[in-house]
Amino acid sequence: MSWIPAPVSRFFHRTSSPPHFYALADRFIPWLTAIFLLLLGAGLYGGLYLAPTDYQQGDSYRIIYIHVPAAWMSLFVYVMMAIMGGIALVWRMKLAEVMLISSAPIGAGFTFVALVTGSLWGKPMWGTWWVWDARLTSELILLFLYLGVISLYGAIEDKRSAARAVSILALVGVVNIPIIHYSVEWWNTLHQPATVSKLDKPSIHITMLVPLLLMAIAFKFYYLIAVLQAAKLELLKRETSSQWVKNMLEKQA
Amino acid sequence: MKPIRKQRLLLILLMLAGLSLAAFFALKAFNENLMYFFSTSDVVAGKAPNNTVFRLGGMVVKGSVQRPNADLLVRFKLSDFSQEVAVEYSGILPDLFREGQGIVAKGRLDGRGVFVAEEVLAKHDENYMPPEVAGSLKKPAEQP
Repeated sequence: MSWIPAPVSRFFHRTSSPPHFYALADRFIPWLTAIFLLLLGAGLYGGLYLAPTDYQQGDSYRIIYIHVPAAWMSLFVYVMMAIMGGIALVWRMKLAEVMLISSAPIGAGFTFVALVTGSLWGKPMWGTWWVWDARLTSELILLFLYLGVISLYGAIEDKRSAARAVSILALVGVVNIPIIHYSVEWWNTLHQPATVSKLDKPSIHITMLVPLLLMAIAFKFYYLIAVLQAAKLELLKRETSSQWVKNMLEKQA
Repeated sequence: MKPIRKQRLLLILLMLAGLSLAAFFALKAFNENLMYFFSTSDVVAGKAPNNTVFRLGGMVVKGSVQRPNADLLVRFKLSDFSQEVAVEYSGILPDLFREGQGIVAKGRLDGRGVFVAEEVLAKHDENYMPPEVAGSLKKPAEQP
């Protein structure tokens, strides 16, 4: 790979070796947890206490501080999974496979939270728990894609070939991501159009926007923590018989 | 990059391109079915189905909401700023229902060209702001 500078490529090679990654994850997790808790505290305080009530929806709009970050993360995690799947297929990198499969349950969780909070928000505002409009339906399909990735991985005994199958599924499903994002523009939906990601300035008041962005970053940190923890476990499972796991266990014993 | 990896990468990109194309045509074919509701212009132009239930979306026209009797019957007009359709509904309206609000109603057209709704859902917009800001935004527009 001549087009990538040597130090960068060396860094990636070192990080992608399982023992090195394991140690690195161990070192990062406490810091990430501290940042996550800080952001979460600030975001919740700002969103639930400091932010004013909405002119139309009163206090019930405050579920936005969970719903929107969870929905953003459900898309983000899926794109991450697809990228990891691409890397796993092209470079046959073990760590990419591990990161892919560790992301799936977390992404499924975010999708589930987005669907449930959306439903709870829909009842008082729209007057219904659920409608089959393009946005809600495509988000539900995303949940099924996540569940498909998890069960396909579980169904194949050999984990290397399981990872390859899952990578292809993750890449196929990525077609759904732009559909979810643009569904509110392409078709008439009950769900309202995007607020923050519009090209002109966001149509949300700044006092409400700041806590929302804080919560969004907090959710990103939560994902990092969760995926590193899950990846550590998955690495241990896969490499039980390798020397570095044995060494580590001996050191701890 | 090694040739074999380049080949795999190319294969993946080809697969993604093919999939996007397939998705594009599938969505184009189903475009009508993916619309959650018809607009009032569609109804006036006769695009909406006759004698069957469909959904109609639009803004509640200011000053058009009437309650002729003491019961739950309510009459109002929906508009998409070019065409208007009269709607009748008997039931409990969602909290966000008010004049100038976007709503989606499910029902059918009767012989008089009036849309008889069985269900009314409120659509809220993508704007979030404190009441004071909304008040100050409205004032200049409302002054004669």
